[in-house]
Amino acid sequence: MFKDLFQKRKYATIPPERLRAERPKREIPEGLMIRCPKCGNIHLGKELEKNLKVCPSCDHHFRLTVRERVAITMDDGRLRELDAHLESVDPIEFPGYREKLEQQKRKTGLREAVMTGEGTIGGYPVVAGILSFDFFTGSMGSVVGEKVTRAIERAMERGWPLIIFSASGGARMQESIFSLMQMAKTSAALAKFHERRGLFISVLTDPTLGGVSASFATLADYIIAEPGATFGFAGRIVIEQTIRQKLPDEFQTAEFNLQHGQLDKVVHRKEMKAFLAKLLEMHASVYGHAPAAAEGETAVPADHEDREASGEPAIAAAEQAPETSGKADAGAGDDPVPAAVTSGAETGKGGSSDDR
Amino acid sequence: MTAELPFERPLADLRRKIEELKKFGEEKQIDFSEEIARLEERYRQMEEELYGNLGAAQILQLARHHQRPTSLDYIERIFTDFIELHGDRLFADDLAIVGGIARLDGIPVTVVGHQRGKDTKDNIRRYFGSPHPEGFRKALRLMRQADKFRRPIITFIDTKGAYPGDTAEMRGQSEAIARNLMEMSSFGVPIVCVVIGEGGSGGALALGVGNRVLMLENAIYSVISPNGAASILWKDASKADQAAEYMKITAADLKAFGIVDEVVPEPMGGAHRNPDEQAAAVKDAVWRHLQELLGMTPEELIEDRFRKFRAIGRFTEAQPEQTAECADYAE
Repeated sequence: MFKDLFQKRKYATIPPERLRAERPKREIPEGLMIRCPKCGNIHLGKELEKNLKVCPSCDHHFRLTVRERVAITMDDGRLRELDAHLESVDPIEFPGYREKLEQQKRKTGLREAVMTGEGTIGGYPVVAGILSFDFFTGSMGSVVGEKVTRAIERAMERGWPLIIFSASGGARMQESIFSLMQMAKTSAALAKFHERRGLFISVLTDPTLGGVSASFATLADYIIAEPGATFGFAGRIVIEQTIRQKLPDEFQTAEFNLQHGQLDKVVHRKEMKAFLAKLLEMHASVYGHAPAAAEGETAVPADHEDREASGEPAIAAAEQAPETSGKADAGAGDDPVPAAVTSGAETGKGGSSDDR
Repeated sequence: MTAELPFERPLADLRRKIEELKKFGEEKQIDFSEEIARLEERYRQMEEELYGNLGAAQILQLARHHQRPTSLDYIERIFTDFIELHGDRLFADDLAIVGGIARLDGIPVTVVGHQRGKDTKDNIRRYFGSPHPEGFRKALRLMRQADKFRRPIITFIDTKGAYPGDTAEMRGQSEAIARNLMEMSSFGVPIVCVVIGEGGSGGALALGVGNRVLMLENAIYSVISPNGAASILWKDASKADQAAEYMKITAADLKAFGIVDEVVPEPMGGAHRNPDEQAAAVKDAVWRHLQELLGMTPEELIEDRFRKFRAIGRFTEAQPEQTAECADYAE
């Protein structure tokens, strides 16, 4: 009987939410301090942003939103968005899909998991696509497949290089077979693109998996990745279940993939823009392109001149983007993200007078 | 005797009862013919009811039936002079994929398919029909050869999916699948694909970019296995049946979506009940579609295939200020 006295002492458990709620008002505004998931160090949110969301202590690359990516990649942080009005429907009437879509839209302010558009990098005109992991884990359904395909086709029409930043958990289950077939659609479009000697640079960011990695993301002339980015076909848990072994931490990282011959290069975020510009420059003779800045303003159609001033940087972070070609071009991005743009609008020629 | 599935048990029980009655009658020299006829009639009714209204979960069981005919079963019944060819010339010969050259009604063709094992030992050798990159690269090598020699390509799709293992990842599983998708879309020869069992995800699609995609009545085609979907959706893989219903993975669904060109009927109770009859039906369908494609030029074939896949996808494209639905892109 006495034993019980010593053994079973009951503690009241307070759920963590309540604990937090009851704590005196010492609340830190969200985003002020951010803990690095890799090294555990805590950084000022502002400082982290200044550092392009790369951990100053351990170089961990945090995931970026689409707008942040545009801001640090495109000249002046500008992307003239294409096909902004494509939205998902519920093709197989999957229970809960419509609600989930609405919720993702509210959460991110995006319409779908990819943003495509035209702009310049280091003065070179490109068609760019950026997947958003925030939106439905960057999964590819009909809209992502269609927008990527249209971006490929746009790059072909323009005779411009194509750059896609991938971040995706894979196919979008809720669209079932329609989702699977987007892999074939985007790949078939790339077959045409490559046949016409188009330049496609695929940038793998954390994470790139499944249906995206097994279609357009690996069908590039150059496959580069951000440090530490997860890249593979099957997910780690599934693989561990299959082989009944624990996988090493570095499995499927960019560095691991580089070592196994699956990538051309791992490029630090701070060097990414300059690296892309360099690659574009090295293909300039193929494309007959010169950087827009060098071509001068005369190459820009007159009706675009007055719009130049409207090109505000997309987000504040744009100002932190590495300075490259200062006065890139006036034509290629007269609408800042996220302003809606009609896809068929007359576009600037990226300042280049002789694109095909 | 074919192995029965759980949902087939009432039918199998009745069959056993009939057999017992027959045997009993013979032994005791009693005439039960009236009762037997009545039971047989009831059996036929039950059969029609059961197989006429199969749900996705039951179809899934039929698609995965261990006695269901495999690629090699079809190959030996449909083609003549089959010569199996091996290896990707890069790393290994992946037995999860078989392929080679053969004749279809006298015409040389290249045939490639996923290959499940016939028993446990065979399944282990063949990784249960789930290819590694070398399997997809073997398939690609054979299809390139077909393109070079202007032979039509016939593929049989039957896999749970690409092998999800560490070695497969290290050798570029993603790239191998992606490359097949891209190159299949640009071959200037007719390609007819037949989903004979389980069409599982990217590993299935890697043999699936054809001018025509046919599907057996009880085959399935899905972006993720219903078990996988269930474990993602409800953290419970045992709810696969419900996921199967939700995901619209049957031949009838895919035909309705315009993704599959023809559904090849199966004998009552599934392809494994009569492999010969099934193979004849597949041959007939493949041959019919091939006839239509043989008259096309390489350019026309490429364009035909491109258009087929380019059109797949359903979405709305709202212009600012207006919401016009153009959901039916898949035609």
